[in-house]
Amino acid sequence: MKNEKSGSLMAKQRRAGWYYLMPGTVLITIMSFIPIINGFLTSLKTGSSANMKWASPLTYNYTRMFKDALFLRSMGNTFLYLVVEVPIMLILAILLAQLLNNHDLKFKGFFRTCVFLPCATSLVSYSLIFKSLFATDGLVNTVLCKLGILQTHYNFLGNPTSAKIIIILALIWRWTGYNMVFFLAGLQNIDYSVYEAAKIDGANGWQTFWKITVPLLMPTIVMTAIMSINGTLQLFDESVNLTNGGPANATITMSHYIYNNSMGQGVANFGYASALSFVIFVMVAILSFISMKAGDKRD
Amino acid sequence: MTNTAETHALVQREKGKKHMIQRRLIPAYIFLIIISFISVFPLLWMISAATNTSLDVARGKIMFGTYAMQNFKNLIASQNLAGAMGNSFLYAIVQTVISMFVCSLAGFGFELYHDKNKDRLFSILLLAMMVPQVATMVPLFKMMSRAGLLNSVWAFILPSISTPFLIMMFRQNSRNFPNDLMQAARIDGLSETGIFFRMYVPIMKSTYAAAAVITFMNAWNAYMWPKVVMTDNRAQTMPMLIANIASGYSIDYGMLMMGVLFCSIPTMIVFFVLQKQFAEGITGAVK
Repeated sequence: MKNEKSGSLMAKQRRAGWYYLMPGTVLITIMSFIPIINGFLTSLKTGSSANMKWASPLTYNYTRMFKDALFLRSMGNTFLYLVVEVPIMLILAILLAQLLNNHDLKFKGFFRTCVFLPCATSLVSYSLIFKSLFATDGLVNTVLCKLGILQTHYNFLGNPTSAKIIIILALIWRWTGYNMVFFLAGLQNIDYSVYEAAKIDGANGWQTFWKITVPLLMPTIVMTAIMSINGTLQLFDESVNLTNGGPANATITMSHYIYNNSMGQGVANFGYASALSFVIFVMVAILSFISMKAGDKRD
Repeated sequence: MTNTAETHALVQREKGKKHMIQRRLIPAYIFLIIISFISVFPLLWMISAATNTSLDVARGKIMFGTYAMQNFKNLIASQNLAGAMGNSFLYAIVQTVISMFVCSLAGFGFELYHDKNKDRLFSILLLAMMVPQVATMVPLFKMMSRAGLLNSVWAFILPSISTPFLIMMFRQNSRNFPNDLMQAARIDGLSETGIFFRMYVPIMKSTYAAAAVITFMNAWNAYMWPKVVMTDNRAQTMPMLIANIASGYSIDYGMLMMGVLFCSIPTMIVFFVLQKQFAEGITGAVK
């Protein structure tokens, strides 16, 4: 009797657990899993949104992209941003976290707030601020001319190379503080006496950084690197608002190009856009598997 | 004995070197001041530009001006500022409230009622983390348009109410939830629903705060998805509004920066008031 009662109570509890996790699970299924399957099916079709039919051959959209110079360029741009921006930003973030973790340092809170502040702006906001700062009649041009570094106003966003550099600078500005937060949290898990012991043993800052901070932060470094790569692969707001992909699509990112193909003015090439987005999906999936492997090691 | 004496001597020496230590840190201070300046300057410039005429901004004036009111008037004359502010607040708040409820409930269920099947289901849900936004954009757009939800708050929030990140955050942070207390409450006759509302929610307050801050920020700053589904001008959000101003041929910088300022005020306030929670929200499930 007693057993039966506690058994039904257990069952009731277990059922309650399922009820609780159901809304969240159903939503993720409808809003992520079903669309990604739909997206894959769409990527095998051609035609405009109203009357789409299976492509022949089925892989038409996938073979097409390798001959699409603009897509290849957008992929090249995205990788360029990734390869240049992510390492610089992460090194800067670790360095700042290391400095701010120093117990002898004063005004820590103030410095931390300042470095973290860019995260309070939306991606569109900071893109527009940078666009205005680097405009032909923007502040940077004015200052450089007054200082005599530039003779005439230079169109930073009108030149492919300088436009790319500005996107990278803007990305570093916006995301360094964000990543620093992870490193500060990671450093707080390291017993500070390790640093004091190193100091007593006569290690200088440089040695402490490479021999203690970097090895102990390795899991955090791997995680932030993967998050940053993931974010950069999906770069959109900056490309749209800072340069609008220009000049002449020289700075366009993959997500921006996919958007233009599906939601852009007068185009609704859903099949091709879906195929392109699967390229990003595969890249992100590979990254995620790497991160899971890295995560396993931590446990 | 010698060891303690040595340590003692060292500590004394370290104390004596207080000034030395400070001098050693001077390069660090200089570096931090430069980085802090670079981090803050664009935002200060944005505020000052919002108070100047477009011409002054272009001339490189960095001091605060007296043109703020006129910029504001130009802004509300050419753009539906009140509408976009209202929309952004509405979407962000509705998303935050519903998202907190759904995700904490799921995290609660996954962690405190966990068994093999639930753990398995959870690792499947985590796979949704690797789904990039652009890959679901077209199918979700079709879904929303078929359901007649375009330009409604539902189109904006539905895809981002339940995220693996938030569920994981609540699940991880529920690890320390006192299981004994839960059993005791059950014996005292508290129902399962009662346990969630009367015990779980109050105990997990700090997780809720961090999760709410990060959700609000993400919802306020969202750009690509609203651009896809909020096609009606009356449904547009603040990031869309400022992007609109900047897409014109000749940009009125003063007015643009006034718009950017309005778009940034709510997130700035959240940042300064709830910085700790914001930082916790970013690091979220990483413990």
